Amino acid sequence: MKFTLSWLKDHLETTADLNTIVETLTKIGLEVEEVFNPAENLKGFITARAENVTMHPDSDHLHLLSVNTGAEKLQVVCGAPNVKEGLVGIFAPVGTVIPCYNEVLKVGKIRGVESFGMMCSEKELGIGQDHTGIIELAPDTPIGVNAAEVLKIDPVIEVSITPNRAECLGVRGIARDLAAAGLGTLKPLNIKQTQGTFQSPVSVTVQCADACPVYVGRYIKGVNNKAQTPKWMADRLTAIGLRSISPLVDVTNYINYDLARPLHVFDADKLNGNITVRYCTEGEKFVSLDEKEYALDSKSLGICDDSGIQCLGGIMGGLEKGCSAETTNVFLECALFEPVCIARTGRKFGIESDSRYRYERWVDPKSNILGSNYATQLILEICGGEASEIMVCGSEDVPPRVAYLRPERLKTFVGIDVPAEKIMQILQNLGFGVSLENGKIKAVSPSWRGDIECEQDLIEEVVRMIGLDEIPAISLPHDKFPKQTLTPMQANVVTVKHELASRGLLETVTWSFTDSKLADVFHKSNQPEKILLANPIAADLDEMRPSLLPNLLIGAKNNIARGYPNVSLFEVGPEFFGRAPKEQLTVAAGLRVGLTSAKEWSKSSRAFDVFDAKADALAVLAAAKGPFESAQVTTDAPTYYHPGRSGALRLGKNVLAYFGELHPSVCKKFGLKGRAVAFEVYLDNIPLPRNTHDKAKKKLVLSAFQPVEKDLAFVVDKTVSGAALLAAAKNADRNFISDVRLFDIFEGGNLPADKKSVALTVTFQPQEQTFTDKDIENLMNKVEVEVTKKLGGQLRKGA
Amino acid sequence: MENLENLKQQILNSINQSADIKALEEIRVSAMGKKGAVTELMKGLGALPQDEKIEMGKKLNVLKQEIESALSAQKDALETAELNQKLASESVDVTLPIRPENQGRIHPVSKIYEEVVAIFGQMGFDVAEGPDIEDQFHNFNALNMPANHPARQMQDTFYLPHSATEPFDMDKSYVIRTHTSGMQIRTMEAQKPPIRIIAPGRTYRSDYDATHTPMFHQVEGLVIDKTTTLAHLKGCLYDFVKAFFELDEIPVRYRPSYFPFTEPSAEMDIGCLKTKTELKIGAGNDWLEILGCGMVHPNVLKAGGIDPDEYQGFAFGVGLDRLAMLKYGIPDLRTFFESDVRWLKNYGFAPLDFSSMTGGLSNNGGQTR
Repeated sequence: MKFTLSWLKDHLETTADLNTIVETLTKIGLEVEEVFNPAENLKGFITARAENVTMHPDSDHLHLLSVNTGAEKLQVVCGAPNVKEGLVGIFAPVGTVIPCYNEVLKVGKIRGVESFGMMCSEKELGIGQDHTGIIELAPDTPIGVNAAEVLKIDPVIEVSITPNRAECLGVRGIARDLAAAGLGTLKPLNIKQTQGTFQSPVSVTVQCADACPVYVGRYIKGVNNKAQTPKWMADRLTAIGLRSISPLVDVTNYINYDLARPLHVFDADKLNGNITVRYCTEGEKFVSLDEKEYALDSKSLGICDDSGIQCLGGIMGGLEKGCSAETTNVFLECALFEPVCIARTGRKFGIESDSRYRYERWVDPKSNILGSNYATQLILEICGGEASEIMVCGSEDVPPRVAYLRPERLKTFVGIDVPAEKIMQILQNLGFGVSLENGKIKAVSPSWRGDIECEQDLIEEVVRMIGLDEIPAISLPHDKFPKQTLTPMQANVVTVKHELASRGLLETVTWSFTDSKLADVFHKSNQPEKILLANPIAADLDEMRPSLLPNLLIGAKNNIARGYPNVSLFEVGPEFFGRAPKEQLTVAAGLRVGLTSAKEWSKSSRAFDVFDAKADALAVLAAAKGPFESAQVTTDAPTYYHPGRSGALRLGKNVLAYFGELHPSVCKKFGLKGRAVAFEVYLDNIPLPRNTHDKAKKKLVLSAFQPVEKDLAFVVDKTVSGAALLAAAKNADRNFISDVRLFDIFEGGNLPADKKSVALTVTFQPQEQTFTDKDIENLMNKVEVEVTKKLGGQLRKGA
Repeated sequence: MENLENLKQQILNSINQSADIKALEEIRVSAMGKKGAVTELMKGLGALPQDEKIEMGKKLNVLKQEIESALSAQKDALETAELNQKLASESVDVTLPIRPENQGRIHPVSKIYEEVVAIFGQMGFDVAEGPDIEDQFHNFNALNMPANHPARQMQDTFYLPHSATEPFDMDKSYVIRTHTSGMQIRTMEAQKPPIRIIAPGRTYRSDYDATHTPMFHQVEGLVIDKTTTLAHLKGCLYDFVKAFFELDEIPVRYRPSYFPFTEPSAEMDIGCLKTKTELKIGAGNDWLEILGCGMVHPNVLKAGGIDPDEYQGFAFGVGLDRLAMLKYGIPDLRTFFESDVRWLKNYGFAPLDFSSMTGGLSNNGGQTR
C-alpha cells in the first residue's frame, strides 16, 4: 500500500515530520517498506531567473538565456517552449545529477553554443509527470534558493498491510491509526450529499442478499469523460504506481485507495435493461476488462443486465459495458460483497484486482452510501453532469461486533499492568465504543474493523498502541540440568551425518521433489504410484521423490559438467511412498562417482566400486547403533542397481539398506558417462537399542596365550558366497576360532571353469593352555569338515 | 719388545684404516683368530722362562685389550657410516603433498539445526518432527486459517491431489507443508501441557529468487503452560538470538504484525550494519527482520484440544537457512540446494564440528581441509 505525505495530511492534522511518521507506522504494525523522497535527489538544484532570452542563432526552437542564480549569470541553451523573459524556475548547475536521467550534468555544446546547466521540468526532477515545459514558479519567488524548499514535494511511503488491517488499505485508515498513536488528529471527512434530481432509469434487483447484503446504485447523466483529471489526483495516482486513465476510472481508483472503498462505473448507455445481482449459472461466459474470457460457476457473483454478466461482482468489471472517452451517462455501483464469496471466486479463476484484495479482507459495511456520495461529488466536479436519486438495496445496519477485555487478563497474558482507564482510552482512540461491564471492558468494534473477535484481539490493540518495546523481556524459567534434548532417532541422524562427512562425503540438501520423467525407474515395489504435485513450480520438480538418488545423480552430473568429475555426495532426508501425511521414510543416501582422487604421485587413486558403497552403508548402520555385523547381505537390491554388483542389508524381511553400483542404464539416463556407486540406508528400519539405561560395556576377556594363525584354501563352486565360507569356517568351532579372514580368491588356471579357490586365514585362540600340534591339527580338520559338508568345498592341498 | 710394539702399531693402524666390516673382521682373525699373530704369541708363552712368561703375559694381555677395544670402536664407526650411507640413499622429497584424503562436510542447514537444538535444549525444549505432506486441517484450518482466509493466499501452497484417480479437488487435497506450524497442532494432539518444543524441518512454497526457494527450512517453537506471557516470549527470543550470534549484547526490536495463529503477533528485528559489501550483526543503525512470533491464538489451542482459559503460551518461527545466511555470510539461498561441490566445501563444516553450549556452537571441529 502506497500513499504520499500530502495525501496522508488530507486526513491527518499533524506537525510530525516524515521520519517520526515513518517510525510510528512501523511501531504500530504498519511496517514501512520504502520511503521515496524526491527532495533527497534535489541537492544542488536552485531557483533561478531566465534573463536576456533570445533565439539560438542556429535553431528555430532553441533559446539562449542568461540564467541568474543570484550569485552569477550563466549562458544556457533551452529547448522548452514556455521559456520566457523573467521566468523563475528550477536550475540544475553543471555537476548536479538529473533524477530522471540519473546522469551528471556536464557543460554542453548545442549547435555550436555552450550551455552551463539547464532549466528543468517536473518530470526531469522526478516530482511529477509534466514534461511539456520547464517549471514556472511564481514570479516573486526568491532566486538562489534550494529547490526542495520552494517546490511542493510529496514523498511516497510504502507500507505493508497485514491481512487483518483491511481498513489501512485506504489512506484514511492509516491516518486514523497514526492519530490514535498520538501523532495528531484525524480530520473530519467532508463529503457532500448530492441530492438527486431524477429517478434512476436503471433499477437494481439483488437476488442473493447473502453474497451482496448492500447495493447502492446511482445514475449520472451528461458527464464529460474527456475532461482532465485534476492534477493533484493524477499526481497522487501516478506517485503510487497507477496510471491516470480517464476521470471516471481515476475517481474509482482514487476512492479505493483513499477510503479502501471499491466502486464500479458502467457506461449506462451500453447497459441492456436493468441490473440484477445474482449467482452465475455453471459455465456462464464473462469477458473481463483485461479481455480474458472466463466460464464462471454457480458460486460466482454476477452483476448482470439483460444480456448477461457485465461485472464479476467485487472482482473485476466486464469489457463490454466499461466506460470510454465517449461515455456520457453512467451507472455508479457502490456495494458490499461477502469476503468468502469474493475470495473463493477470485482464487478459483485466478483473478487479482485491487477490488478483490479489499473485499476479501474487509470493506466497511457502512461505507456504501458514503462511497457513492463521494464518487458522485468528484464525478460532478470533474466531469459535470446530473445525478439521480440514490438507490439503496439492503441495509447498512449491521449487528454490533462486541468483544470483552479483562484488565487483569491483560496482565497475566502480556506481563505488564495497564490501568483500565488507559486501556479504554486506547480503544476509544481507535474508534471502539467502550464501556465497563462487571469489571470487564466491553468494546464494540467500529464498522471499519472486521478483525476483532476475542479478548486477545483487543489485547493486541492495546499492546500495539503502548508499544511492544514497553514490555519487559523475561527469560523463560528452566531446569538447571535439562534432560537430553534429542530422541535416540534424532541423535542417530546427527551422528550418521558426521560419520558420512568423516568418510569423505559432502553433505548436500536437495529438493524433496524430483523430475518424474527421470525418477520413474526409482519406484520400488512399495511405491506403485507417482506422487505428483497439482501445481509444481517447474515441470522437472513435479513428483515427491521416491528415492534420494535421482537428485544426487542430477547434482553429480552438474558437478561433472562444471569440471569436477570425482564427486561424493550424501543427503539425509525423506523419501515418499504414499500421498498421505507420514507416508515417508528418513533415508541416508549417498552417491560416489569417478575416482577416489585425481591422479597423483603416489598412485593411490582408483575408481569407486561396490565395496565403497557397502562400506558407507555399514558405517551408517554402525553410526545408528544398528546391527552392522549381524545384518544379512542379500543380492536383491532394486532394479536401478547393477544386478550383479549390488546388495541389500537386512534383518530378516526388514530391509536396512541397499548398496551397489548403479545400473548403467540409470547412469546413462542421467547423463553420466562413467560408473556410479550408491547406498540408501533406511534409518527408521534400524532397531533402536532396547536397554538404554545400562551404559556398561561388554566385559573384556583376554587370553594369556598367544593365538595361532593358519591358512587354508578351498576349491568351491563359483556360486558359493564369501559370506557363507567365512560363516562355515567360523562356526566350525565356536570356542577356539576367534577370527576368519578371506585373503585370496583365484579363478582359472588349472581349476574347472565353474570353480574358484578361496583362501582363508583362521585364527585359533587357546583358552586354558597353549595348543599342542595335535590340537591345531584337530581344529583345522574341523574347519575342513564344516566347509566341505556345508558348501561342498574341497581343501586345496599344499596351499 | 720392540717387535711387540711394532706388531701393536701395525695391527692398530690396519684397524683404523679398515674400510668396511668385512676387512675389519679379516684383521681381527689375522690378529686374534686361532692362527692370529697375537694368538700365536700367546701360544708361545709356555716356552718362556717363568719370570719372562709373567712379564710377557701381562704385556700380551694389555695388547689384546687394546686391539679388542680398537676393533670395537672401529666396528661402531663403520656401522654408523654404513647406516648413514643407507639412510642417505633412502631420502625422499618430503615437500611432496600427502596422499589424498577426502574430508567431507556437514551442510550449513544441518549445522544450524544442531546450534538451534543446543540453545533451545538448554532452555528445556524437546525436538518434535512431523510429516512433509500435511492435510489442510493441520497446515491451515487448525491454525485459525479457514478455507477462504486471505492469509492462505499469502503462501504459495503446493497442493497434492488426495487421489491419483479421482479428479483434483483443492478442498480435499493434501498440501506440502507451507510452514512447520502444523507441528503445534500435532504436538498438542499428542501431549498435554506443559509443552516446550521446537519443530525444525523442511517447508515448501512456490517461489524462486535470491531469497526464496520452493523448499526451505524452518524451526517452529511452541511453549504452552499456565504462566508464560508475552514478556517471556521476548526474553526467550532475546536469549536465543544472543546465544545464536554468540554476542554479549544485541539490539532487538519487535514490530506488531499478523499471523492467523498468534494474537498478539509480532516480528522481531535485530540490529545490524548494512554496507554494500558486508552485513555485521549486532552493530549499526539498520534493522534486519529475523523471525515471526506471538501468543498462541485461543482458536489454535482449542483446535489442539487445550482450554484457552486455563492455558496460554507463545509460538515462533524462524528460517534455518536464513539464520545460516546471516551468521555465516552466505549470499544466495538458491545455492543451498545446488549440490555444487565448490560451495559445499566452502560453506560446509568439518566432520567433527559438533555444536554444544559447553564446547561451543560454531567452528569447533578444527580447520576444514
